[in-house]
Formats: sequence, structure tokens, C-alpha cells
Amino acid sequence: MGKKILTEHINVPGIETYEVYRKTGGYASVEKALKMTPTEIVEEVKKSGLRGRGGAGFPTGMKWSFIGKNNPVHHLVCNADESEPGTFKDRYLMEKLPHLLVEGMITSSIALEAHLSYIYIRGEYMWVYRILEKAINEAYANGWLGKNIKGSGFDLDLHVTCGAGAYICGEETALIESLEGKRGNPRIKPPFPAVVGLYGNPTVVNNVETLMDIPWIMMNGGEAFAKIGIGKSTGTKLISASGNIKKPGVYEIELNVPVEEFVMSDEYCGGMQTDRPLKACVPGGSSVPILPAELLFKTAKGEQRLMTYESMSDGGFATGSMIGSGGFIVYDDRQCIVRNTWNFSRFYAHESCGQCSPCREGTGWLEKVTWRLEHGYGKMEDIDLLWDIQRKIEGNTICPLGDAAAWPVAAAIRHFRHEFEYHVRFPEKVKDRKHFEYEPWEKVKYLMAKEEAVAV
Amino acid sequence: MSLVAKSNKGVNLSEKTLARIEVLKSRFPEGKKKSALLTILHEVQDANDNWLSIEAMDMVAEILSIKPIEVYEVASFYTMYNQKPVGKYMFEFCRTSCCVTRGAEDLIDYTLNKLGVKEGEVTADGLFSVKATECLGACGYAPMLQLGDNYHEFLTPEKMDSLIEDCKAGKVELLSKV
Repeated sequence: MGKKILTEHINVPGIETYEVYRKTGGYASVEKALKMTPTEIVEEVKKSGLRGRGGAGFPTGMKWSFIGKNNPVHHLVCNADESEPGTFKDRYLMEKLPHLLVEGMITSSIALEAHLSYIYIRGEYMWVYRILEKAINEAYANGWLGKNIKGSGFDLDLHVTCGAGAYICGEETALIESLEGKRGNPRIKPPFPAVVGLYGNPTVVNNVETLMDIPWIMMNGGEAFAKIGIGKSTGTKLISASGNIKKPGVYEIELNVPVEEFVMSDEYCGGMQTDRPLKACVPGGSSVPILPAELLFKTAKGEQRLMTYESMSDGGFATGSMIGSGGFIVYDDRQCIVRNTWNFSRFYAHESCGQCSPCREGTGWLEKVTWRLEHGYGKMEDIDLLWDIQRKIEGNTICPLGDAAAWPVAAAIRHFRHEFEYHVRFPEKVKDRKHFEYEPWEKVKYLMAKEEAVAV
Repeated sequence: MSLVAKSNKGVNLSEKTLARIEVLKSRFPEGKKKSALLTILHEVQDANDNWLSIEAMDMVAEILSIKPIEVYEVASFYTMYNQKPVGKYMFEFCRTSCCVTRGAEDLIDYTLNKLGVKEGEVTADGLFSVKATECLGACGYAPMLQLGDNYHEFLTPEKMDSLIEDCKAGKVELLSKV
């Protein structure tokens, strides 16, 4: 069993209530932080090597140290707008451990000298929003929030507010716009939120899991956190596992577990759902490149692939992927990569805010062209057209949604071009969306060889 | 997104809803009350048969002392706000990849067939409508749907049958139990 930092007490009955949470040692990090200077706390977090758990993996301590000192009014905002397909870990954490998030927010607000902080949660998690409201009220009632917290002279107001169904609001500047009661259109950076954020004040936006790691780091020291994991992948990470595995769910892993062990062992995913073999995996949420089975457990160099930031991206986008948000989606050979690519493209076309032309127009094109390929109306040139469109979106938009829409298409073509070609050559065979359930790729690939022989 | 529609009746907010709106406004600094817009729209939608008519949105503009267009542009951006009437029980199925690997497409087809509607239509008795949505963050508990504030997970055709029956019998809670 690996070490559990966040989920150690998650099954204690009543842990969602203030009394039980406090009895397990809750809020001790706030008491400790109140006796330290903000710089000392930031240094401790830097030592831990903690990297943002929302997906980008940016070092948290460094992000904190950027907060604008020119303006004394600072805000901390928790990004609980978890919407990356495949990711459901923050919901699990907040449902069970709302007070750990409140504690992490208070301790982090002390470090950032923020006196007004917010949790922004996606609107669909309405019951979790109520759980957080309740936890915040309990924290106020017990003197952990409000004026002069525990006689320290430090004031903090913390509130929760919610969105209303928009993936884009997970992007930090779109989240800030939404928090100001506007459409979730990302802002042009720079200026970064650390300089001009919520209400024009310096603001740090952190993911739920990141903020929940802070109390442990405060109590056990940054060095102890850095000892867990490998290299620059320190600590533990929550992985949301879904798709065709035996035991879908949320697992806390040390950042050193081999991918094969994660998928196959009973401690985690428990192996494949049925006797149908593994075909592909999206290891870090829908935006990251899909990996074919042969590149999942081993890197292109033949080394064991690990659940770490570095190992998961070994080989770059050519033969690697990213750990991203930890949304780990497993596909068996019943699943069609073309259909899945269309599914993701439809998602991004639906969620594009429409501000930047390459994304607004490009995601629409990606959806239309993948749709016609999937439904048997595609042409061979469509595959190159898709490549061309995704290339023209990537890097040409204000926010990373454009890249996120482009990467899954590029990776699908890179690793599964033969399936796209199959859809073009055998439109009758792909009309039923379950065609690979009846006749998986391994059974039909001989057709492709025959066709080529005839063509020659 | 469709154009905003007018309602055939006025919008009346209960004392409880008005008090709740005051709580939501109190979370934001003076001069920044517009920040409460999204949460207030949720409350008003709940009080207005789960949709936002022009009258309802104009009322929110008045509550926050902002221009109506500032409300319309937000209501039309976010997918959870309904700008035309929906069924009392709106099944919002997740249709994204992870749920698809677990049979979401079959379940959506099954439900549409059973209710005899197309996506977005309301049944003749006004009780049901079906909407396919993007990832709801329940990928490990698929297939699933959202009904009101609550999630229904690990669904099967049998569970769908009994959920529909329970709705008809008025036994299904739409608001969050917490």
C-alpha cells in the first residue's frame, strides 16, 4: 500500500463534519501557519516540490511567489470547476473532506496575505456546493474564519460560489471572469492573475487537490513531501480511473507507481473490465494525447512507464502523453478510436467560448470532419484535412482550450491512422457504431492489407 | 442557443428565495455584487419551473442593479440555464467518452424510445425531457444522468424504468438533499 496523504482519513465515519474532522487533527496547520511569516510558508511549499494538480503541473510555491506585492489586496481562488472529461477526483475529495479544503484555503490565504478568498465550483456539483457551504459555516462558527482568527489579528472571509455549466471556466482567467458575474471568456495574458486578477487585484488560482495538500506539507514539512515520489514528481496524486477497467474510481497513488501495476493490480484498477484486451488509454484527461496499448506500459525506449509527470511524457507527443489532471481513461478493443475522437471533438466544439477564430471555427471543423469519417461519409483527404486543422489551432489561441482540442485529434491520427483509413475504405462496415464490438480491429485488419495489394 | 422566450405568467419569488438571494449577495464586496449573478440565476430558475423567461431575467437585473443585457448574455453562455420551458423532470445524460465506454449511447436511445421524444422535446404531459450534456464528472460511475441537483449513477435500462416510474409517482427529489 502506498502512502496516503489526502485520503488517509476519508473513510472515518462523520469526517465531513467539523467535530470529527477536528478530532483527527484538522485545522492544526492553520494554528501553525498563524505563527509563521507568509514567506516562511511559501518557502516550505517550494521545498515540497508540489506541482499544480489541475493539469498543468506548474510548481505551486513558485506560482505563489509571483503574487503582486504592489497591491496590498490579494485573493486566493480555489478552482473547483472540475470538468476535464475523465476527471472526478476533486468531487470525491470535496464530498468527503470539505473541511480539508477549507483548512487548505485558510492556510494558503495566510501565506498569500489574502483576506477575501473564494471557492468556485462547477454548477453541476450542486450538492457538493451545499456541503462546502455547510463546512464554511461550521468553520466560521468555530472561529477559523472571520475577523481576528484565533486571536492572531489575521482576518479572512471565505465563500463558495458556483458556475453554471461551462468547461472553459476551468481556465483560470475565464474562471475569474465568471466569478465576476460575466461570460467565461479567457483574458489575454499578460497581465497574469498574480498581478491583475479578481476585481483587478493580485490573485492566485489553485486546484482543489493542490490546496488540500498544503495542510500535510505544513504539518510534516516540505522535505517529507518531496521524499515521496520520484524526481520532480513529488508527493501523491489522485487518479480518476474510468473506462473499460474492472474497478473504476478514485485512487491516491505515490508518484512512482508503474502504469502496468496501476491498471492491472487489484489495489487499483483491477485489470480490464472483461476479457477484451486493452487497446488504448488517455492517461490525463481528454486533452492529452491518447496512447496505444504498446506505448502505455513501456516507453518507446522499452523502459517501464511510471505514473509520474516525467515518465508519462517520455517521448514527447510522438510516443508519450501527459499525466495532466489524472483523468485516466482506459479503452478496450470494442472501442472505436475514430468515434472517440469525434466524441472529444464534439466536446471541444461545444465548449469553445468563441472568442478566438482558430478555436471557434477550427473546433467546429474538427467535429464535422470527424463526424463524417466516423459515420462512413469520409474521404481519404479528410485525414490530412484534420491534421491541417488541428495544426492551425494549436498555439494560435488566447487560452489552452485550442491546444486541448487539437492534441487528441493529432494523437489519434498519429497512432491510429489505420482506423481512420478503415473508415474511409469500408464505410458499410462502420455504419453500426458497435462495429468493433462485433469485429475488432485485429479481426478486420487483413482487409486493409488485401485492399492495398489490389491497389498496387 | 435559442432566443429568449417570454413567459405567460409573472415571476413571484418567495420570501425564502429572496432571503437566499440576500445571502448570496452578501458574499461579495460593495460594488461587486454582480458576482452573485450566476448563483442568483440558479435560484430564480429553480423558482420559475426550471427555466429563465425574459421576465425572470429582467427581475434579476433589477435585483442587482445591472442592465438586462448583462443578464441575458450570461444566461445564454452557460448551458445550465434553460431559456425555454423544459420537462418537470429533465434527464441530463452525460454523453462524453468515458460514459460512452460504459453504454451511455444505448441508454440515451433507450430512454428516448421509452418516452417517445427526441432530444430536447418535452413529453405531452409536460413531465419529461431528455438532454445530452458534456462530461458531468462522474466518469467512474457511468453511465449516469443529472436530474435537478442530483446525480443518478451506474444506470441500467431497469434502473431507468424505475426512475421514470418514481418520477411519475412524485417520489423523486429534485433539490439537493444536503
